Amino acid sequence: MKNSKSNSPTEPTNQELFMRQHLRHHRQIAILRLLLLVLFLIVWEVSARTGVIDSFFFSCPSKVALLFLKMCMDYSIFQHAGITLFETLVSFLLVFLASLVIATLLWYSTKLSEILEPYLVVLNSLPKSALAPLFIVWLGTGTTTIIVAGISVAVFGSIISFYTAFRQCDPEKITLIYTLGGSKRDVFHKVVLPASIPLLLSTTKVNIGLALVGVIIGEFLAARRGLGYLIIYGSQVFQLNLVILNVLLLCIFAMGFYKGIQMIEHHIRKKMQL
Amino acid sequence: MTTQYMLQLQNISYSYHTLHGETKALDRLSFGVKEGEFVAVVGPSGCGKSTLLSIVAGLLSPEDGTIKVNNPDGSLHYPRVGYMLQHDHLFEWRTVHKNVILGLEINHMLTEERLNYVEQLLYDYGLEQFRDKRPGELSGGMKQRAALIRTLALDPQLLLLDEPFSALDYQTRLSVSADICKLIRRTGKTMLLITHDLSEAISLADRVIVLSKRPATVKCEIPIHLTLTDDSPLAARNAPEFKNYFNQLWEEIKNEEF
Repeated sequence: MKNSKSNSPTEPTNQELFMRQHLRHHRQIAILRLLLLVLFLIVWEVSARTGVIDSFFFSCPSKVALLFLKMCMDYSIFQHAGITLFETLVSFLLVFLASLVIATLLWYSTKLSEILEPYLVVLNSLPKSALAPLFIVWLGTGTTTIIVAGISVAVFGSIISFYTAFRQCDPEKITLIYTLGGSKRDVFHKVVLPASIPLLLSTTKVNIGLALVGVIIGEFLAARRGLGYLIIYGSQVFQLNLVILNVLLLCIFAMGFYKGIQMIEHHIRKKMQL
Repeated sequence: MTTQYMLQLQNISYSYHTLHGETKALDRLSFGVKEGEFVAVVGPSGCGKSTLLSIVAGLLSPEDGTIKVNNPDGSLHYPRVGYMLQHDHLFEWRTVHKNVILGLEINHMLTEERLNYVEQLLYDYGLEQFRDKRPGELSGGMKQRAALIRTLALDPQLLLLDEPFSALDYQTRLSVSADICKLIRRTGKTMLLITHDLSEAISLADRVIVLSKRPATVKCEIPIHLTLTDDSPLAARNAPEFKNYFNQLWEEIKNEEF
């Protein structure tokens, strides 16, 4: 062995050197990321205090932090964040179920998919915010309207992506099921669905972000609670601290959702050993 | 003496239809397969060989002609068909064992007897220690063996092989094709192999059927008798008659190729 001459305890092997370098690289990236954020906050705070920017319009980190603490004390932030979280998760789950069921039906019936294709394309390209006023008229203001708005943004694209994933299945693998005496149902359960799981998962990652977009649009227009409501309210009463606090909270939400789905994805991939 | 065929194709015709017109794939094609016989079908590329197998397998119905069944026991039911495709198509999300019992699962035949048979095949084919591994961890040859077990698990009477070794590299292919065919011969099953590799056809089959170019019809049938000296994968290719058969087939196919 090449490394055997350097087996004294002080002398690291090449593998150890590689591992150390790898670790150092990742630590560097993490530190620089954090540094960038801290630097941004400092510049923002300093320029607000020295009057380079007007803190009435641009707010500043210390004011946002104070407001956050105040809203934590009276629990109001938890109520608003909680309702947005709830609405987003419900729309996301309904989008997932609806696209799975509808994409499956479309896969089973080519005729149905041909009939519905132009409608799906149009509905997918339509800016869904245009529908929000209609939802308010039909469903009133409140949680239902906001959940429907969240669904409307994500569902059409999701159906199309799921269906495309199903259609991408290797035709020879489908033939295999038929040669083993299987039915169309077997083809779906044994091949099409399991083979599509990686694509379904990546679509899901996009969907949760879109559901959040829809929910915020809904809250802008038809809510008395939620982060979207606080943003629109804050801008109307010129409370820019409130607006920025909620935008920051939305950033954290979006990241949390993404990471959450990523963890589920890892878990499923590991279980299926893909 | 009239030869009794287990399966007899009579004047089979088949065409593909598109908006641009009709493409005739098979034109009044007739031949028979005896029980326990190993028949290879060769022909120019794109001549409709795979269409022929799909029809025999029952995945397509011929537009014209009949398939006559004449089982040795006198019964008239269509023989159970096992189909080996060009690629092994083992599913990466299933273990080797879950892959080989796929056919049993689909046909709701997960009986103890069948499962024991599968275990026996895994053992016989040297795959028992890979039972719970993923297909990705197997070599090309082992994957083909696993695919064969998946086919045999349903106990087919007639095996169809659609260039089952064409995805392998040449070296692996030589040993795997000899290996797989030896294993199948041991089961005594009837086999119909489709290939474009003339030497493969000669070295493996009892009889070679040459198809014409599209629309395919039977050009000639050549029974193969080789004097084998040993049991190695190359034995058939080293047999003294091999070269003559090869030249004979080459002459037949060459006229079709261009």
